[in-house]
Amino acid sequence: MMMKAVRRISFGALLLTTMSMLSQTRNTNPPQTKDGQQAKSNAVSGPQKRDGQQVFDQNCSRCHTEPQGFSPRIAGTIARHMRVRAGLSKDDEQALLRFLNP
Amino acid sequence: MRPFSKARRCTFLRRIGSVLLLGVLSITPTLVAQNTPLISGGMGFLTNTNAGNTSYQLVAVPVLAAPIGQHLLIEARGNLLETFSPQGDNRGYNTSAFLGLSYLQADYIATPHITVVGGYFLTPFGTYNERLSPIWISNFQDAPLIYGIGTMGTGVGTGGMLRGNAYSTEKVSVSYAAYFSAGSTNKEFQSSRSTGGQVSAFFPKTRLEVGASYGRLLESGKSNSVGAHVWWTPGKIPLKVRSEYAHGAHSQGYWIETAYRLSQFHGPESLIGRLEPVFRLQQTFRNSPSGTDFLPPADTQRTDFGLDYHLPHELRINTSYARQFSSTGNFNVWETGVVYRFLFPAWRGK
Repeated sequence: MMMKAVRRISFGALLLTTMSMLSQTRNTNPPQTKDGQQAKSNAVSGPQKRDGQQVFDQNCSRCHTEPQGFSPRIAGTIARHMRVRAGLSKDDEQALLRFLNP
Repeated sequence: MRPFSKARRCTFLRRIGSVLLLGVLSITPTLVAQNTPLISGGMGFLTNTNAGNTSYQLVAVPVLAAPIGQHLLIEARGNLLETFSPQGDNRGYNTSAFLGLSYLQADYIATPHITVVGGYFLTPFGTYNERLSPIWISNFQDAPLIYGIGTMGTGVGTGGMLRGNAYSTEKVSVSYAAYFSAGSTNKEFQSSRSTGGQVSAFFPKTRLEVGASYGRLLESGKSNSVGAHVWWTPGKIPLKVRSEYAHGAHSQGYWIETAYRLSQFHGPESLIGRLEPVFRLQQTFRNSPSGTDFLPPADTQRTDFGLDYHLPHELRINTSYARQFSSTGNFNVWETGVVYRFLFPAWRGK
């Protein structure tokens, strides 16, 4: 019984690792350059990412201009900060994150 | 080769499990590298000539945002001021320094619609306090004359708040905030015992926002404040129209602000496209004397004309001229400032 449990835990952990790596791979693909501006200009190109720009234009830029460049490492923090500050929905936060760090 | 006993196999597999679990835990932080804590904010050098007296200010306003896990965000904003103001009679300048916290709060995203905020937070009344007060955002150095209504004196509360997005579709997005603040006389965390809230609706197609605020002071001289705001930021032209009305126990007033970035002339990066003329009209009405709402002691009108210039590298030059009319005296206010906005990860990484 115990052996089975241990085996299941091991399998579960392995599965979790794999899933975690697969699910995060898309998000951790940083833009080719560290320049945030480059990241944003790339972001505007795809149809899916246009939603993110729309979220930015309609919510963030009502108060402030867009930052001229930032590290992709803080894109998630910015999106979460904006969610709290600007009252964004969960979907808007995710769209904004895709826009900030495609 | 000696075969594994049952107990040894068990230990061996347990070790593998532990190693894998450790692997997950050690990999996760690198995978969620988008959530590195950030330091943002602004620095500025500001001058203010009010009724002939010029004072200078060095300002640094750092902001820290640090996510913890998937639901928590710690936020803080500090204020560092060094002010040089004239002593009068040509006796030189007084220097004063100030170091304080604007807010220090923990935000827990409990559900898609509810965020629980605890700590020392900006009072959610009107739009200026929470959204326009940072120096890298505001078009004018001075807060609106009605700022004191509904913000309970300090503009900050100590306690808890529920906020979030209540409803969101392609046609409308409704946000809300409701708070309770305890009275605090602590030097660093001053606040009044109060409660209140705000609700606003944004219509994406017309880019129109309307909202209402309510605040109740629960300390001596209990009083209510109500407010309303209308913002319009049309998508086709770089125009911003913001307005706010507030009514307190002893006074009321409104302000209307417009800003038009000339980016339609050769783009936002061109010489002319970096210019942004701004204008603000304000009026306050005194119903009865009060020393607690910080509004002018008599009915007042004020017009501000400004010209902001958006330089590259997050640098901005703000200039403005204002004329204030009141039965207690009319005077001019000239203001200039250079503001730098920064945004970077809290620590270095790959």
